[in-house]
Amino acid sequence: MAYFEQSERILLPVNVAYMAFTVVLALLFNLLPWHDLTGVPDMAALVITFWCVHQPRRMGIGAAWFVGLIMDAGNSTLLGQHAFAYAFLAFGAIALYRRILWFSLWRQAAHVLVLLLASEALMLGVRMIAGGVFPGLLYFAGSFTAAALWPTATFLLLLPQRRPESVDENRPL
Amino acid sequence: MDYQPPPFFSRGPAPLVRLGFFISLAVLLMVLDARFRYAESIREVFALLAYPLQRVALAPVELLSASADFFTTQVALKRENEQLKAKDLLAASDLLTLEALRAENTQLRRLSEARERVPRVSTLAEILYQGRDPFSRKVIIDKGSQQGVEPGQAVIDDVGVVGQVTRVHPFLAEVTLITDKEQRTPVEVVRNGLRAVIYGGGDKGTLDLSYTAADADVQANDLLVTSGIDGTYPPGLPVAKVTKIERDAAYSFAKITCVPAAGTDQNRQVLVLSREAGLPPPPADAEPRAGAAPKQKRPRKQ
Repeated sequence: MAYFEQSERILLPVNVAYMAFTVVLALLFNLLPWHDLTGVPDMAALVITFWCVHQPRRMGIGAAWFVGLIMDAGNSTLLGQHAFAYAFLAFGAIALYRRILWFSLWRQAAHVLVLLLASEALMLGVRMIAGGVFPGLLYFAGSFTAAALWPTATFLLLLPQRRPESVDENRPL
Repeated sequence: MDYQPPPFFSRGPAPLVRLGFFISLAVLLMVLDARFRYAESIREVFALLAYPLQRVALAPVELLSASADFFTTQVALKRENEQLKAKDLLAASDLLTLEALRAENTQLRRLSEARERVPRVSTLAEILYQGRDPFSRKVIIDKGSQQGVEPGQAVIDDVGVVGQVTRVHPFLAEVTLITDKEQRTPVEVVRNGLRAVIYGGGDKGTLDLSYTAADADVQANDLLVTSGIDGTYPPGLPVAKVTKIERDAAYSFAKITCVPAAGTDQNRQVLVLSREAGLPPPPADAEPRAGAAPKQKRPRKQ
């Protein structure tokens, strides 16, 4: 299978600044004015899951918690609601990273879908306890979109690590 | 003797321990925020971090609308101009009568030794975006404490009441729409002056006139306006229109559903009204009770 051939490639070490940059980009995406559009993926959750799976020593529960708090402040939701869900998400991803990476991309996406749905359900539970109204099952649609984006996200987020180590003058890139 | 792994293998506390730590922190924050509202200073810090991201995220939208403005055709502009002129003419006659009426009203009030009504200062604000939160109905406007916006101020559009400022950041403010589940607005029925409190209906975008007696004189198509008793909203602003009344003998209250008069989900420009001067400040809820309803914003008197 093509993917397994690809996975034999030894990647360059990750740049922490690049990780931070992708997280900021994901936050930007989340803060775009989406209004009531259903099925908008939670990019920050996806990127956090990605880095927790691929770099569990660099991205952790604390960082996820911090990103969650920025989400809460930016969207003026209950402070701590996203932080709570993202911390669980990061924990799940770190607990499963050795397993997830054995699978092909779409099967990885299935694992990620379960993680994202669980974190969304947690957030829903928290809000119901705090006295919210049930927003309907379409609330979970965003998780499916996000999971569907997993292969694309894998390709894009690993691009800088796929650069050739020695730059060939005749063959740039 | 205990053996420690060499320091280069050390990975800090176990994930489960970290998870426990951060989860408890998050729960603590949520309880502080929902029950006691002590977490505002922490929120300020993170809102400050999120602010540049918000501005950058909104830039493409603003650019799009700006370019759309730029490419407006001359015909459309001309047509709009004509419409506005006609409207202006209509409004001018109204304005003349209004001036006369206002003078007369002031004089009558002075005669009856009533408190003179001070016209309120208002700030024009633009709705930046709707909070990405399916559980509440809030919008973010582009004016904050630097422009004199304060929590508790009323927000209206050209038709009626939109909501109330509930949280203020330096350059942004959060407005809870009247359709939010936890928002209450004191109203009265125009037809007979019956006072009531209207509750937001949450996700449905409607309002409920709760705790109104089953035999109360409310009819379909009744217009509800602010009663102004609370000192937050000026009296007489349209709030909602009654659409459906269900009277059930089994309950002592009627179930009255209304639709908001203002375009709570449509408009971009809104007006933030300052509080009426000269009123005593509302009693401070300095010690929120543990049993109080979550997210009690301010005492709203009826």
